[in-house]
Amino acid sequence: MSLTDQNKTNKGFFSSLGEHQGTDDFLRGLWRDNPVFVQVLGMCPSLAVSNSAMNALAMGLATTFVLAMSNVLISMLRNFIPKEVRIASYILIIATFVSMVDYTIQAVSVDLHKSLGAFIALIVVNCIILSRAEAFASKNTVGRSLMDGLGMGLGFMFALFCIGSIREIIGSGTFLGMQVMPDAFEKWVIMVLPAGGFFTLACLLLIFNHFKLKKSKT
Amino acid sequence: MTIFINACLINNFVLSFFLGICPFLGVSGKVETASKMGAAVTFVMVISSVCAYGINVLLAAINAPFLQLISYIVVIASTVQLVEMFVKKASPALFKALGIFLPLITTNCAVLAIALLQTSKGYDLLQSVTFALGGGSGFTLALVLMAGLREQLDFSEISGIAKGTALVLLVGGILSLSFMGFAGVGG
Repeated sequence: MSLTDQNKTNKGFFSSLGEHQGTDDFLRGLWRDNPVFVQVLGMCPSLAVSNSAMNALAMGLATTFVLAMSNVLISMLRNFIPKEVRIASYILIIATFVSMVDYTIQAVSVDLHKSLGAFIALIVVNCIILSRAEAFASKNTVGRSLMDGLGMGLGFMFALFCIGSIREIIGSGTFLGMQVMPDAFEKWVIMVLPAGGFFTLACLLLIFNHFKLKKSKT
Repeated sequence: MTIFINACLINNFVLSFFLGICPFLGVSGKVETASKMGAAVTFVMVISSVCAYGINVLLAAINAPFLQLISYIVVIASTVQLVEMFVKKASPALFKALGIFLPLITTNCAVLAIALLQTSKGYDLLQSVTFALGGGSGFTLALVLMAGLREQLDFSEISGIAKGTALVLLVGGILSLSFMGFAGVGG
């Protein structure tokens, strides 16, 4: 599936859903307040593990799970956690879920665990999760927090997938491990190197800014 | 020494491991704030590195490695709290300048990464501290370099769409390219 297809399915998804509260919470994270492109949060993992589309998907899934689960639990406990120690308690809850994910991935695929490296454990310090816990889950009901967590998580995954696909196609001529570019194509090695991550994300942000400016003018 | 150079220049935490990008983008507006932020982060790194070493020995003794992540993050959070109280007392102006990014050192991935990497590489105590120092100074170096560049950029005219994060990321990419030149220095 190419990037344009990805966009199309997203748009179809948009129009087929109504505007009531739960779906609104969900969609906000996916597009309008996309954590990476609009809020510019969680930059570290989105730059570091986006050198191939597969890594990006796995990382996105892991983060979505942690985000949704911690949002639910924090929202359940929101009336019991004293205000003074809330950040510490959130971090503990998040760290617990991340440990679970870490061991699960290790059990399912050792190779994947190796290629993601320390970044699975580093989901704990992903700003997106703590910011959703603080800004949303600590004030809203369980159901809405779940939708918000899922939306933000999938939005993060979508952004990661975009960056990952671009870098993998241009950088190594493959997509999800299959060769898509002709043999004559000269690979841009720089795209899989750290610098390529910075450049790709910068270009995507430029495109987003362009649309934002256009919208605000009309 | 090799570990220090390695962590500081060749595998610079910000520019080649993408750790601590949030403060890198957020507090790199002025050289002065950037260098103090770097110092605070380095301090937290060294303390938490020592604590992490102790915790690791303890957890290995009681055979509970699954508690690793949770105990590391608690140590880091309390160290940050300590630094925050100290800065507030010692220099209220700096406290204001760093703003939200001071408590956010807790969620600076570079700090946690130091603790995790030293464990997975099996460093002893001295090596761990060197590693933390190197990582911290690398972080400070990147932050100060970026702040210097951004101060200069303020004087130039930039088109509307490139303002803000996108431009900083582009500059970061070029910095990252130039840091690749250090490969092979430490051997």
